[in-house]
Order: sequence, then C-alpha cells, then structure tokens
Amino acid sequence: MPKLPDDGLEVEFPPGSTGLQAIEAAGREVPRFCYHERLSIAGNCRMCLVEIRPGPPKPAASCAMPAGDNMEVLTSSPMTQKARKGVMEFLLINHPLDCPICDQGGECDLQDQALFYGADTSRFEENKRAVPDKDMGPLIKTTMTRCIHCTRCIRFAEEVAGVPSIGAVGRSEHMEITTLERAVESELSGNVIDLCPVGALTSKPYAFNARPWELRKTEGIDVFDALGANIRIDSRGPEVLRILPRLNEEVNEEWLGDKSRFAHDGLRRQRLDRPYVRRNGRLHPASWSEAFEAIRKRMEGRAGTAIGAIAGDQADAESMQALKDLVQALGSPHLDCRQDGAAAIPGQRSSYLFNSTVQGIEEADALLLIGCNPRWESPVLNARIRKRWLAGGLQVGLIGEAHELGYRYDHLGTGGQTLRGAAAGRNRFCAVLKGAARPMLIVGAGALARPDGAAVLAATQRIAELNGLISESWNGFNVLNRAASRVGGLDLGFVPGEGGADTGGMLSGAVDTLFLLGADEIDLSGLGDVFVIYQGHHGDAGAARADVILPGAAYTEKPGTWVNLEGRVQRSERATFPPGDAREDWAVLRALSDVLGRPLAYDSLPALRARMGRTNPVFDTRDEIVAAAWGGAAPAGRIDDATFASPVANYYMTDPISRASETMAVCTETFLAAEARNG
Amino acid sequence: MSGRAGSAESFAFTADNLKAAKAVVAKYPEGRQQSAVMPLLDLAQRQLGWTSPAVIEYVADFLDLPAIRVWEVVSFYTMYYREPVGRYRLHVCTTTPCWLRGSDDVVRVCKEKTGLDFGETDEKGLFTLLEVECLGACVNAPILQVNDDYYEDLDADRTAALLDALAEGRQPSHGTLAERLNSAPEGGKTTLLEADARC
Repeated sequence: MPKLPDDGLEVEFPPGSTGLQAIEAAGREVPRFCYHERLSIAGNCRMCLVEIRPGPPKPAASCAMPAGDNMEVLTSSPMTQKARKGVMEFLLINHPLDCPICDQGGECDLQDQALFYGADTSRFEENKRAVPDKDMGPLIKTTMTRCIHCTRCIRFAEEVAGVPSIGAVGRSEHMEITTLERAVESELSGNVIDLCPVGALTSKPYAFNARPWELRKTEGIDVFDALGANIRIDSRGPEVLRILPRLNEEVNEEWLGDKSRFAHDGLRRQRLDRPYVRRNGRLHPASWSEAFEAIRKRMEGRAGTAIGAIAGDQADAESMQALKDLVQALGSPHLDCRQDGAAAIPGQRSSYLFNSTVQGIEEADALLLIGCNPRWESPVLNARIRKRWLAGGLQVGLIGEAHELGYRYDHLGTGGQTLRGAAAGRNRFCAVLKGAARPMLIVGAGALARPDGAAVLAATQRIAELNGLISESWNGFNVLNRAASRVGGLDLGFVPGEGGADTGGMLSGAVDTLFLLGADEIDLSGLGDVFVIYQGHHGDAGAARADVILPGAAYTEKPGTWVNLEGRVQRSERATFPPGDAREDWAVLRALSDVLGRPLAYDSLPALRARMGRTNPVFDTRDEIVAAAWGGAAPAGRIDDATFASPVANYYMTDPISRASETMAVCTETFLAAEARNG
Repeated sequence: MSGRAGSAESFAFTADNLKAAKAVVAKYPEGRQQSAVMPLLDLAQRQLGWTSPAVIEYVADFLDLPAIRVWEVVSFYTMYYREPVGRYRLHVCTTTPCWLRGSDDVVRVCKEKTGLDFGETDEKGLFTLLEVECLGACVNAPILQVNDDYYEDLDADRTAALLDALAEGRQPSHGTLAERLNSAPEGGKTTLLEADARC
C-alpha cells in the first residue's frame, strides 16, 4: 500500500493501479499533460514526476509506474518540486507566449500548471521554434507552434475513434503532429479539442468567439441521436456559443459526436420566431391569438376524431404529454411518435429499449449487429463497442450493409434471408451467441422501419430467445433507436389508440387536420388539402407545408425531459430563451387547449411532470435505468429479402437543426461530397 | 514537401523484391508483421531510389498499417530519402571528432566540386550532398559516406580526387584512403612492440 509521507496518508488502491492513480485516490493532485484516464499511457510529458522511496535517487513518472506495497511517494518534496519546475521550463521553451490571442486561455492546462508548478521566469534566451499549422478539417483549428507533444490526439484517434490518421513525424526538435494533409475522418474528431491540454487544437467554429469566464454553463441533454449524451451548453446572452460533453460514465463517458458538438450554429438560422398563418396560399406573419384563432376556426364544427398528431425526433417528453392529452381530449386516437414508422410493441418496454445498457456493452462477449451502422447512428455508442472490442474477446457479426465501424466483424449477409436463417438457427453466428456468457444483439431503427419491420422485430426477438440472450441477470436484446424522442414517446404511449392511424395512415388520408410537433422527416407531399399545424423551431419541411405555424423552442431553450435509448430519464435545463415570440412547447399547447375549450389539467411544469409520472411511473425516476421485463416474441410476418440499408445517408445532416447548420454543411462537403465526387 | 512533385505515381515491388519482402515479413511472428516496416522501406527505396509517398502507401498496404504510421518511421530516419536523390549520395559527417580532424575541408571541397549546398541534388542527378551526424567511424575521421560505402581519413585532396573519380563513373575502393590497414596506426605499430605476432 503506497504511503504519502507528506500527509502521513496510507492509500488503498486496486491491484494494477499506477502511482498516479494511487496518489489521486488519496485526494492529491498530480500535474500531467500526456496522461489521460481513457487513453493508453504514454509517459512522455514527464510532468507527473514524483520522488519515490525506496528507489533510485531520481524522480519517477508516476503515470507509468506501478503502485507497490510500502512504496513511499513524496508529492511535494523539494526533489518533486524541482523536477516539476524543470519539466515546465522545458515545456515552455518552445511554447509561444501568446495566451492573450489563444482560444485555450482561461481553460488551459499548461497555463494553470505553469502557474502552480512552474518557475517564474525562463532562462531560455535562444529563438523559439515555429511549426507550420496543419489542416485537420473544418472542425479543428490548429496552431501547432503551441503543441507540447503530449500525443493525446494521436492516441485518441487510434484507440477511441479507430481512425489512425494523426501521427507524429520527424524527430527531436523537428517533431510535429500531423495528419498527412487530410481532415480527421471521424465522427468523434471534436473530442481532440477537449483532450488537447494546450491551445494547439481548438474549435474552428468557436474560434475567437468568447472567453470561458464570459459563458453561462447549463447542463443539458443532447438530442441529435438517441444516446442522450450529457452536454454542457455554453451560452452568452441569447446565443449558444458551444457545446461540450459532460462526464457520465454510464452514457457518453466524456465523449461527444461532432454533430452534437458543432451543429448548434443551426440554432441561429432558419428559426421560426413568430406564428404564421396561411392565407391565399401564402404564409403570413401573425400574432399568437390570430394563429390560435385560425386553428379554432378550423376545428369548429369538425369532429375532434379527425385530428392526428405526429411527434418529431427531437420532441421533449413534456410537449408530447401535453399534445397527447390535447388530442385525446378532442377525442382522437390518431397519435404517433414514430416518423419512420419503426416497429415497436408499445407497452412492452423491452421491445424498444437498449436493454443491455450502454455500460453493459463492456460486459458483452458476442455481439450481433442487424441492419444498423452504429458509427453514424450513434458514434459515441460505437466508440463503446470499439472499446469493448479492443479489450479483447468480443466477437462481432453483422447482418446488413457493410460499413467501416472501427472494429472487425464477421459479415454474415446483407438481406432478409440471412436474418430469416439466423432466426431459424441456421447461421454460423448462432453458435457464437450460444457459446457466449453475455451475448447481445443490436437491431437498428432502420431495419425496424421497413415495411416488414414487425417481422424483423419478431425475428430478432426470437434470435434473442433461442440463443440465450435473455436470462435473469442479462438482457441482450437491444434496439438502436435514432430519435431522441422515441423512447420517451413510446413510454408516454404517444402511439395510435384504439382504431387510430399510425404515421403512414395519417399521411395517407386518415385525418383532415394534422398536428406536427417538430416532425420534418416525413413525406408530406401526399397530404392533399389536409390542414397542417406545425409546431417547431425551424423552417424546414414541416413548416413549408403548414397552414398554421406555432413557433416553439429548440432543445437548448427549454427545460425538458428526454428518455435515452436505454430508457434513462434525463433532464435538460434551459440555456437560452427561444427567439422572438417563440415559446416553450408545452406552454404553447396549454394555451392552445384553452382556446379550443379543452383546457389541460396542469398550469406548471411540475404539475405536467407529475402527470407524466402518472402516465408512466418511469418518469418519476431520473438518470437511472429501470430494467424492462422481457415480453417475448410477437407474431411474425414474412421478412423481405431486401438489403438492410442504413437509414442515415449523411451523418452530418439528420434533423432541422443540423440541416440549418453552416458547420454541418461544410462537414458534408468535406467528408461526403468530396468523397462521392472522387469516387 | 517538394519531393512529392514528380514522384512516381504508383509503386510496386519487382518480382525479386516481392520475394525478398515476403521473406522479411516471414521472420516475424503472426500478427507482428508490421515490424518489417523498416527493411521493406529499405527494399523499396533501393528499387525506386527514394521513398516516395507512393512507396509509403504501398508499404502501409503491404503490412496493413495506417499510412501515417509508416510516414512517422520514414520521417524519423535520415536515411529514408523523402525527395529524389542523385546517383551518389555524399553523406559528410560533421560531428565533433570528424570536425576536429578536418571535416570542414571535406565539406568545402564537396560544395566547391559539386556546386551544391547541404540537402541539394544537382541537375544531372549525379550527386546529392547531405550533412549527417556521427557515422560511428571516428577512429578514421573525417568520414564521407558515399551511398553504402565509407571513405575514411579524408582531406581536401583526397576528397577532390574521390569526387572526380565518381564524376567520371569510377568508384574507387572504399575504406581508408591513408597509408594504413583499416584503423591500425599509420606507419606501423607504435605500441606493444615487444609482443609477438600472435597478439
């Protein structure tokens, strides 16, 4: 057990710990640049030097030193202090003194550690070296002269992202970090900005925008995929200036996908900031009362049963609950929260959840992917699979289109016949699943959204049952949802009631009035003269077709609840206010219900949330997983032979916000359009 | 890097080199084939004359390595030429022992004779002049390495004669150019004179 004689502390540590980890376990800080909890140990910055007894009469790098019994570690002895001062002096030899014009200023590890552990002056009088900047694509701005060669970005690209495109070329003083003149082709590339301990890699879209102390930091939940990554929204005044990941070991660790991190500039463009009403075929700006009045007139004298509502992929649970209550109060059963029409068994939670949980991936030893491209449907979740794969002993099989995923897999086949075979036990991967202690399968939302989605769901459930994926302590059946609102909507029962039409039915004439809650991913061309009410935040497909537009709030602009793909209920806070006349969505619906003469039974957010808890008790929990009971396979139809294609054609543009984002447009051009042109 | 221009657009081992490359790769245990990166780069450079980006891509593919990892290796070592070089690469050692023994003269003569500065290649593609750190033959300093061969105990005249011979297409025998055997003392033994020949 190592001792810290400075404090007289004795430290307990798990076997295999390094000296640095043991010291941290004792609550002492160790300065470091290259060491990172989630990356391999490099030991090349030397900042974590400490004095060790017994040992050679020189300091040792604690990050790379195994902690041993009865080892005495001196974290503030003269030798340790002198070593840190020396290392810092060397690091600063070639580091420019350009903190005033550096975007990292104020949140810079080098700045902070130079202050606490460095000397006051430098003895270096020669010229500093200068390094040409590198092109790392549209997201990462480089100022390579500031680089201290910690190699965190290299290790991240190779280990976590699985895209070994960053490297260190040259030697000694001529060493440079570079990418072979290519953008970093990873959906996780933005994380190197967080990892860089200095200002060498900074955010290009955020360049010269703000200092960290000017920003208001709000805890939020990401809605660009169904993972529900925990984010920190940094805003100044009415603008969201940047989005950073928050640490949550159970969900996103400390990573964030590039779309989630950079698409927020779409919040400033194409916004619906006032109500609109269509008159004589054109949308005219209107006041709230005019817009509500237009809806009331339309509803007057018509059966309430002819109204239908579709919830979009980014809708919060509060607004879905309010809309569901309103539509039901009007007497209509036509509700659906599935724009893509994906199969799910409402009420049977395990049929639409990621039951193994994201953290559970790390226990799995066999994984069957069916009709999904996790790299594009949830890059952070894919990084977790890769992490598990790197640890060794995970066998992966894939049915569907082949993609570069960052780990090796056995490509079993592309189409429905392979899945039929697997469901009947006639597939080589069945034996792998049977032989595994913790087997899991992941079926993509795209596969369930096919016309034969119900049969696909039944087949995958049968694979789970037949191959030992379901047991007392383990549920290996997982649906990889793409929509942030999906699980919440299904939990709230935002699905067709008795005799109600689903999305497809509503779009083909089952209703004469259609309420779209931020639903833009559907084909509205066949609606004919259906009266469309669009409530949302961006002027996208839905708003273009709408007869009345009710401006709502985007995910950063309202306190909201989202349920992630595991069924984890998470709350997001408001970072900024919606622009112009736009209001929080549930409040809009509450006001509308008054106008329609069916007032909702809640006037405040707490009352609405209590109502959600009564709809489904899961909403009374927060940030935790309630295991869903296994429901068994549903009756099946026939699975079509068609290839399981990924539903995501472009990772960078999947929703109204990212389609309005300039940064995402540049990413699309850089990573996809250019590639398509070059073949 | 200027060498990228005019590089061979594509590269592949000749049949002989392919055989040699497979023999090199076979030396390493299964799953450790990437250890063969340096000998393979050497083979490729001997075939093409320099290590072009195409060579790097080819070797990376050959060993299933990311190109950046091969590029790291190539850029670390001075003897992988990242630009086209001449027929004779003149590596002049200017590290302290050679310098003390007159490497300045060798450098001066090389520069005068070839008209090149360090790092340059003449237009005919005959000479490339390179400054290198210690070649590990200090006992016979100063040293000029021409391609794979060491020419030792140089001075201004000997360097000039060597370069003239090379320019004429002759390659003098390598080793010391002084009156001695290898690194034995010039003019015969000076110590251990009593010892018999066995020692």
